[in-house]
Amino acid sequence: MAIIRTDGIRRFKVAALGAAALMASAAVAAAESVITWMYVEAQPNVIEVWRGIAEQFEKDHPGVKIEMKFLENQAFKAKIPTLLQSSEAPSMFYTWGGGVLKAQAQTGMLRDVTGALDANGGAWRNTINAAAVDALTFDDKVWAAPFRTGVVAFYYNKELFQKAGVDASTIKTWGNFTDAVKKLKAAGITPIAGGGGDKWPLHFYWSYLAMRQAGHQGFVDAKAGKGDGFASEPFVKAGEYLAELGKLEPFQNGYLGATWNDALAAFGDGRAAIILSFENTPGTQAVNSTSGKGLPVENIGRFPFPALDGAPGVVTDNFGGINGWTITKNAPPETEEFLKYFSSPDVQRKLARDAKILPVAKGASDAVSDPLLKVAAEAIANETWHQNFLDQDLGPNVGAVVNDMSVAIVSGQQSPADAAQQIQDAFSLENP
Amino acid sequence: MNTTSILAKSLPASGAGITGRTNRRRRSFAKSKWPVLVVFLPPALLLFTVLVILPMGEAAWYSFYNWNGYGLPTQWVGWRNYQLVLRNSAFIQALINNGLIILVSLALQIPLALWLATMVTTRIRGALFFRLIFFLPYVLADVAAGMIWRFVYDGDFGLAAGIAHFFGFEAPFLLADRDTAMYAILAVVVWKYFGFHMMLFIAGLQAIDKSVLEAADIDGASGWQKFRLVTLPLLGSTVRLSVFFAVVGSLHLFDMIMPLTGGGPSNATQTIVTFLYNFGVTRMQIGFGSAVGVILFVICVTLAFSYKRIFMRHD
Repeated sequence: MAIIRTDGIRRFKVAALGAAALMASAAVAAAESVITWMYVEAQPNVIEVWRGIAEQFEKDHPGVKIEMKFLENQAFKAKIPTLLQSSEAPSMFYTWGGGVLKAQAQTGMLRDVTGALDANGGAWRNTINAAAVDALTFDDKVWAAPFRTGVVAFYYNKELFQKAGVDASTIKTWGNFTDAVKKLKAAGITPIAGGGGDKWPLHFYWSYLAMRQAGHQGFVDAKAGKGDGFASEPFVKAGEYLAELGKLEPFQNGYLGATWNDALAAFGDGRAAIILSFENTPGTQAVNSTSGKGLPVENIGRFPFPALDGAPGVVTDNFGGINGWTITKNAPPETEEFLKYFSSPDVQRKLARDAKILPVAKGASDAVSDPLLKVAAEAIANETWHQNFLDQDLGPNVGAVVNDMSVAIVSGQQSPADAAQQIQDAFSLENP
Repeated sequence: MNTTSILAKSLPASGAGITGRTNRRRRSFAKSKWPVLVVFLPPALLLFTVLVILPMGEAAWYSFYNWNGYGLPTQWVGWRNYQLVLRNSAFIQALINNGLIILVSLALQIPLALWLATMVTTRIRGALFFRLIFFLPYVLADVAAGMIWRFVYDGDFGLAAGIAHFFGFEAPFLLADRDTAMYAILAVVVWKYFGFHMMLFIAGLQAIDKSVLEAADIDGASGWQKFRLVTLPLLGSTVRLSVFFAVVGSLHLFDMIMPLTGGGPSNATQTIVTFLYNFGVTRMQIGFGSAVGVILFVICVTLAFSYKRIFMRHD
């Protein structure tokens, strides 16, 4: 019995010691702030640049550790609502702005960055382009630290255009564009690479056509629920233009099942002449092409989405993303500090140069060296209106309906009027 | 223990015998059942409650709200979500597709499995090898199978393209065409699950008494007669079980469709569960999605119970 008892005491001592050690290590951990950073970026070279920036910040701020966590795009979107409401919420995560960010902000799970931006007489805010800050602002509060901007435009294969006898510089109106498509088709070339399987790549067409046809004011009115909203005449007309394009069968075979990566591969392999795509197309078409090299950059040209005859929209109205980083309620206070650093002009220059982004810091776009990216940067500098991606801006549900309807119109499954009505139905259901 | 013995002693002798016996029985029940119940029931009950009953109740609750998954649901909308689900053309398509999958399972998959099972249970060369080969697709993860078949069907670089080009055709894009995508998926479903049903039938066939078949032989029954009049009736319970699995399995088909088509093109290959995911989860319409879940639950429960009541009564 006695032996057992002393054994018990010894065991207790060991346990107590262990507990003390645990508490001590917990104390060490508390002294160190851990910023968890959740993102959807999949390009390894970009992550490497980010890692380098994070390491530099860790070096300058002893006691701060930055933990990078990747989630695949679709998984990220599905997981964030649950994650935000758990103790596992990341300190900061990627955002596309728009209705999704607004919904997140309304839950009280986020910490707005307004105070940080305006501290020291707006030291941080003054370094950022106003348009980027505005895009992430709701109810007079800025809900994410701006990170980058983007613009969607047509990219084309110069060699294939030459072969078909099309001069890209003459494409000024939608009519010019459809003529080019017809010429390409007549020359036996697949005119456009499309990713109908993912749906959103085709929502670029509907969105741009609607922007051109309705103009900025038309969009503002539709969002305010004036008149028939998104079922009004300009949006139906935009759908009709899209349906006409669909009738020309301009896309590669099987485009309705193709993913965005498939579409980039079709363009990068030279199997299709045009793609309506992001500013980083020169890089992504190469990565996704069968050879891994894609088209040489000299062979790629760019032109903005053309205007529509007699419609208020102009070619300098841009459609593209404005991204930022959202901070969660319980994030360590150094998170704002890190994001301020991440969006500082020097770091933004580095990102523009090495990660090929369009920066949001004032003056940082001079570091853009890639010629096609430079054109995109100029387009942003001279833009008259910047519309965020509709599948983000209108929120996840209405956005998904826009995506669905874009595909349905192009493939002739749905009439433009019905499609516009469905979008409006979804919109009015959420914005009563 | 002490109390009962004192109690027994204090009772008059005549009744002591009976009380003692019932007490003993009660005691033996207490000894044998209660510890088992106390130890084994709570974990199972807890798991079942937490993972099945509670989520079901929650889904039913959410389904009456317009809720995006953030915070607590506050906006009560009554039956609106159910009305929206039942009005949605993609949901109707999903119901049709689920029906189609059940139909193909019954009309194609199970007969095929039964036929192959009778083939590989006879003593032919390599029977064991074929059993293994036929069972192999079932072992594959659904997502892996979907990804493999997406590649097979690919019209640019896939096997379908290779075959078409070999014969000088233009390659079809089966998964990108609204008219063919569902059939392409059905082919994969049959390929994936017939091995499972075949295994069930093999087990059932092996349980049939050989002497019955011998007797049929002696009576001069032909091969077909033996199958129709002896084997099939004796295999009845296995067939009913197999049909049950096919029906329930087809109702929750999801992970194979996602890599193949994701429910597209234009919702042509949506099932109830892919519809729930695509229209509920990814669109942050948790209330709407919950309504789909509740409808699916009702369909499953109704089918399962009525099937068991009607067809599996004696099994």
